[in-house]
Amino acid sequence: MIWNWQFAFDEVLPRLLAVVPVTIGATLLGFGIAATLGLAFAVLRMIRSPWIAVPTYEFSEFIRGTPILVQIFFLFFILPSVGIVLPPFTTGVLAFGLHYATYCSEVYRSGLENVSRGQWEAAKALNLSTYVTIRDIILPQAIPPIVPALGNYLISMFKETPLLALVAVVEIMQEAKLIGAETFRYTEPITMAGAFFLVMSLLSAFLLGRLERWCNGKAR
Amino acid sequence: MRHYLPLLTALSLGVGFMGLGDVPQFLPQLLRGAGLTVELTVLSFVLAIAGAFVIGLARLSTYVTVRVVASIYVEIFRGTSLLVQLFWIFFVLPEFGVNLDPFVAAVTGLTLNFAAYGSEIVRGAILSVPRGQHEAVIALNIGKWKAMRRVILPQALVPMIPPFGNLCVDLMKSTSLVSVVTLRDLTFAAYQVNQALLRTIQIFGVAMLIYYIFSQLVRIVFAQLERRFGRGLSRGRV
Repeated sequence: MIWNWQFAFDEVLPRLLAVVPVTIGATLLGFGIAATLGLAFAVLRMIRSPWIAVPTYEFSEFIRGTPILVQIFFLFFILPSVGIVLPPFTTGVLAFGLHYATYCSEVYRSGLENVSRGQWEAAKALNLSTYVTIRDIILPQAIPPIVPALGNYLISMFKETPLLALVAVVEIMQEAKLIGAETFRYTEPITMAGAFFLVMSLLSAFLLGRLERWCNGKAR
Repeated sequence: MRHYLPLLTALSLGVGFMGLGDVPQFLPQLLRGAGLTVELTVLSFVLAIAGAFVIGLARLSTYVTVRVVASIYVEIFRGTSLLVQLFWIFFVLPEFGVNLDPFVAAVTGLTLNFAAYGSEIVRGAILSVPRGQHEAVIALNIGKWKAMRRVILPQALVPMIPPFGNLCVDLMKSTSLVSVVTLRDLTFAAYQVNQALLRTIQIFGVAMLIYYIFSQLVRIVFAQLERRFGRGLSRGRV
């Protein structure tokens, strides 16, 4: 018997469900950081001084050109050596936030660039400061159209959280592996972990589709 | 020049703040790992592109069954992450009697995953060929396969180049996951050397720099390809 339903439901399922909050928590926290930091990157890149815009661009290019796993390892080993001892979960969330911030900043940038020039000129004509212009005029027009694109990154980040298993955070994938190691049965736990991610990402893709239609409706 | 600027900056920054003192000590091991990274990237990318065309065309098939099977494949492989798939290939398949060598397992995982993403590029590019072209081949009574080969695909290929470039960079970065199937790629080499030498900044700094150089090289190659094959097209970028 390759697949044992009793084992799957009585032993594997409760243990996997118990760590679902870790996966969801990592996703939401990481995305919170990514969305905030991404906006900061995007705005910094709009500043005219090349001393700010260029290094921001280079930095985010560098982050995007290197694998997130290496960045997780880097933070994981580097932070303790400069005296910052964080639990692996926090380190992982920080790395996720930083990595995805560079993707989000591209999304924000496309949103910002789609705000017509006239809005900037009008704000200037009304003698609004740059800060007020960005906060009250530009961002409220730039953000709603890009919400679906940000949502896509939320989903892909969610799918990537199993990477945290590699720095020993006990999330779903790690728990599945632990169950496998204890019982010598890998089929059920790993397949179920995979099924969980599949169901969740199909579900969130569906919800995102509705959100997208709603956003488009608002933009008209 | 704009294109090469990040590369140069990263190189000078890297050398500037790390110094070169300990680098010769661990560089050979990292380079050996980087060699495996390149091998995995090239092999999986070639296979993934082939797979992408098969699945992308299957999703546009006139047969419902073929379309549905291809869609299910794409949803499964895009709905879970590569890491989960590698775990599954490495831990679960042996229980069904399929024992893959780690390298084969890694290439299989990378290929299956990226073929799913690539198929969306192929599908999108074919659909982006103007409707008039699809209608014209019907009006001219050109057979389905011949039309695809001689009329539709040649127009769809150029718009595919930039997204395939991004896909290649993603694939190159994703090869960092192969340590879960016990392969010693660049990431794993860095991890191991770091355990021994504890020179985190230098070791991971150099590893990231190598990855970064690879991804910039891929970008440059694909930019050249786009220039080369886009030449003479009346519609600019698509």
